[in-house]
Parts: sequence; C-alpha cells; structure tokens
Amino acid sequence: MKILVVDDEPDVRLLFEQRFRREIRSGEFAFSFAYSGEEALTFLREHPSEVVLILSDINMPGMSGLELLRHVKQDPLPPPPPLVMMLTAYGDTETHAQAMQLGANDFLTKPVDFAALKEKLHAIPSL
Amino acid sequence: MGQLYMGAPTAIGLMYWGRKALDIPTRLPQWDRWLTRLWRPALVIMVLGVVIGGAVINWHDDLFMAVVLCAGIAIGWELRAYRPALWMAVGLVPGTSLLVLELLLRPFTRVLETGAVDNIEGLVLCWAGAFLLVARSIAKNQQADVAARQAAEQEQRTLETQSQTLEYEVNQRTAALSRQTDELRATLAELQATQDQLIQSEKMASLGELTAGIAHEIQNPLNFVNNFADVSVELVAELAEERARPTRDHTLEAELLADLKQNLARIAQHGGRAAGIVRGMLEHSRASTGERQLTDVNALADEYLRLAYHGLRAKDKSFNATLKPGLTPGLPSIQAVPGDLGRVLLNLFTNAFYAVQKRQQGGEPGYAPTVGVRTELAADKLKIVVSDNGTGMPATVQARIFQPFFTTKPSGEGTGLGLSLAHDIIVQGHSGTLTVESQEGQGTEFTILLPAH
Repeated sequence: MKILVVDDEPDVRLLFEQRFRREIRSGEFAFSFAYSGEEALTFLREHPSEVVLILSDINMPGMSGLELLRHVKQDPLPPPPPLVMMLTAYGDTETHAQAMQLGANDFLTKPVDFAALKEKLHAIPSL
Repeated sequence: MGQLYMGAPTAIGLMYWGRKALDIPTRLPQWDRWLTRLWRPALVIMVLGVVIGGAVINWHDDLFMAVVLCAGIAIGWELRAYRPALWMAVGLVPGTSLLVLELLLRPFTRVLETGAVDNIEGLVLCWAGAFLLVARSIAKNQQADVAARQAAEQEQRTLETQSQTLEYEVNQRTAALSRQTDELRATLAELQATQDQLIQSEKMASLGELTAGIAHEIQNPLNFVNNFADVSVELVAELAEERARPTRDHTLEAELLADLKQNLARIAQHGGRAAGIVRGMLEHSRASTGERQLTDVNALADEYLRLAYHGLRAKDKSFNATLKPGLTPGLPSIQAVPGDLGRVLLNLFTNAFYAVQKRQQGGEPGYAPTVGVRTELAADKLKIVVSDNGTGMPATVQARIFQPFFTTKPSGEGTGLGLSLAHDIIVQGHSGTLTVESQEGQGTEFTILLPAH
C-alpha cells in the first residue's frame, strides 16, 4: 500500500521510515514523501493511481494541507481517489470541522501516536 | 491838619517783599512771628500822621523805617549762609546807617538837609539797589541750581525706582522661569518613566504575539525528540533480538546501529533547536543589556520569520502565506545585540504578515500572500530586506511610520511604538539605517543596512 506523507519537516521521513521499518521491509507499506502541498500534487500527477493514502500536515508554508485536501478531493485525478488523513499540531475544532467539510477521511493531532496510526493503517483494506 | 507819611507803609511793603523773597516763614519762623505783627505800629504811626502830623510823628515814621531796615540787616546776617541774604544785608547797611545817623542828628541840626546829603542818599540807594540786584541774581541762579539739582535728584529717584521695579520684575521672572524649569524637569522625568514603561509593554506585547509561535516552534522539535527516542528504544530491542538469534544478520545489525546513531544525532539536534527557541524568547523579554555579540543574521532572520508566521497562524487558523527566505549563505557574523535586532525583525515580519492578511481578507482572486526576507552583503554593509506583497502604504503613511505612537491598526491592536523602537534600535543602537519603500496595493519593502565590521 502506497502512502504519501506530506510535511515541511524533512526529518519526518526518517521518523516514518524507522517507525514503519518492519512494514516497509515486509513490503506491506511503501512510503513516499513530499515537503510541500505543491510537491505532493506534482507527485500525484506524476504517479497516477499509485497512492492509496495521503498523510498530510496542515501547517505548511505555501499551500496548506487543507488546500491540498481540497485539490485532491476536487481536481480530476486519475482513479481511485486517495484517502486523506490530516495531521496537525493545531487540533482545534474549527480546523477539524474545516478538514471534515473538505472531505478528510481522518484527522489526527500531533504529536502523532504511531501505535494508533499503525492500527488505522492496518484497518485500511489494501487494494 | 496831619500829613500822609509813607515811611511806615513803605517799610511794611519792603518787609513783606523781603520776607517772601528770603522765605522767612520757613527759615526763621520765630522772627517771622514778630515781623507779621509790625503792621500794627505802622498803622498807628500812619493814623497819627494823618490825624496829628508834625515833626515828631515824621521822626517816628522814619524810625520805624530804620527799625525795619535794621531787622532786615539782622535777618540777612542771621541767614548769611544763604548768599543772597548776606548780599541784601550788606546792601542795606549804608542806607540804614545813614538813616539812623540822620535820625539821631535831626533834633539838633538841619545840616543834613543839604544837597550833599541828597547825593550821599542817592549813592547809598544805588549801592542798596546794586546789592539787591546781585542778591536777586544769585538767588535766581541758586534757585535754578536747586531746581536743576532737584530735577536731577528726581530723575535719579525715578531711575532708582525704575531699576528697582526692573529688578523686582527680573526676580519675578527668574522665579517663574525656575519654577517652570522644575515643572518641565519633573514632566520630563515622568515622560521618561512612561517611555520606559511603554517600551517594556511593547516588548511584552510582541512577546505575546510570539507566544503561540514559540509554542508551535517548540512543540515540533519536542515531538521529534520524543519520537526518535521511542524509535531508538525499538531499534535497541530489535538489535538485542537479532543478537540472540543463532544466525545473526550482520548487515541488519549494522543498519540498526547506523539508524541508532543517526537518531541520537537527531535528538540532539532537535533538543538544541528547542533550547535555542527558549533562549531566544528569554533574550527577547529580558531588558536589553545592550551588549553586542557576534550574531548570525541569517539564523536570526529565519527564526523570527517562522516565529512571526506561526504567531499569526495561531490567531488566525485560516491564514496561510508563502515564506520566501532569500538568505545568502556564508554571510559574516556581525556585532549586534541579538535580542534587539530580533525584536526589529519580529516587528517587521509581524507588520508584513498583517499587511498580507489584510489584503487577503479583501478577497482578491488569485492572491497569494507572500512574505520574504533577503540578506546580502553590499559593499561593507549587511543588507536585510523584509518584503511583502500586502496592502502597501500611501506616501502620507510612509512619512510617519517611524514616529512614536503612529499606527494604522485599530486602537488596541498596535502600540504605535514598534517601528519607532525598531528605528531607534537600528539607527542609534547599531549605527545602521532602516528605510521603507512601499506601493499602495502592491506591497512593502523594509531595508535594514548594518555595518558589516
């Protein structure tokens, strides 16, 4: 299952690669990383129909996670439409409501509880 | 039938004239009392002359004249200090002597009623007349002198009065001025105290703006520290597991060890990042020591750009902007007060974000809020440019933005001191310049130039 992680902090990549090293090694999950909303959209266009899930930060310079979410849900992307999980340090109800209204599939607050995240990922039926 | 003898009335007339001319009532009041009674015997003599007449009355008439003249001489001698009186006395002496002599001789002889005596009488009268004229002219001169002296004295008195008045007024003014000076000094001290308080509250206000940004900025590295620590525990566990196997995978072990090493480095790095932010916050809130130290302008600009951004984001969740850092790598560190310089940058960034936020709220289609910071070395100056594509400012506002208490923000949102303090910090504190260029509806650029050495 291909997962695209979008965050402006480069170290997120190291963290995910280590947190999910068993799953990566076993080939259960494959991670790709983008450091901005724009980069994520480019990646999605260049790798059509690959990404099953997008894990995106909200607070990023330039295109925010919410804008990325809107693009993913509204732009004509090749099917199937990826699921989107929002990750944010600002876990207020307003942002949450906004994300949900834009069609987010889930909403997690930072710091990320990786055990819980892992469970959620395992619950997604692999295609 | 009697005769009208004119000796007594003439004597009285002369007496009154002399009395007035010499001012006897004030000079010799006791004499004067007698003089003013002389008219009574004169009247008696005159009446007797008219009623009875004869040589005896005539003799008394002349005697009365002689007495009055003697009195005049005596008075003149008495008042000899007054020159005209002496001259009058001297003038009267021959005539009086002649008259007395004639009076004494008259009962015995008629010899004196000759032409020779008439000549002597004429001479004596001339003498008296001449002396009286001299006396009069002296008196006049003296009067003129006295008048001049009095005028001079009067003038002197007037001058003294005036100078006293002036002195009094000067004293009054001096007192008023020194009172004003004291009041002004007190007011100045009060103003300085108020200014200090305002500067402190401006610092605290900007710290308030920072708080949310700081919380976010600290949260991120702390998350990394926690996560890398957790993951490292897992790696160690896996490593131990691997070592317990009968056939150890050395490649995997090496990989795990490399990851562990990398994680520890990450932990240290993110811990340092959090510590740096806390240190920056303390520096910001602390009263400036004004101590210069080698400062990395790029790091400072980057740090405060992000703090300002997250600070605003914490207040307005829907706000989003593109940060365009254009920091020239490898710039030399400069001598600066990092807390002060940071406060300037924070103020410029906060203003920039405020301007782009305002323009964004205008709902312009396709508008992308952008705030940038550029650094570069220009000649021997280090240049920091903070730019935004916000609302911009008209020239009238640009001209006033560095004035204290000038603000375009709604009341309660800005102290109006931020840019004024920033200007002071750059110009006075760092011998640099802070300038602004702005196009209304296009954006604004603040340029800081600091000496690079």
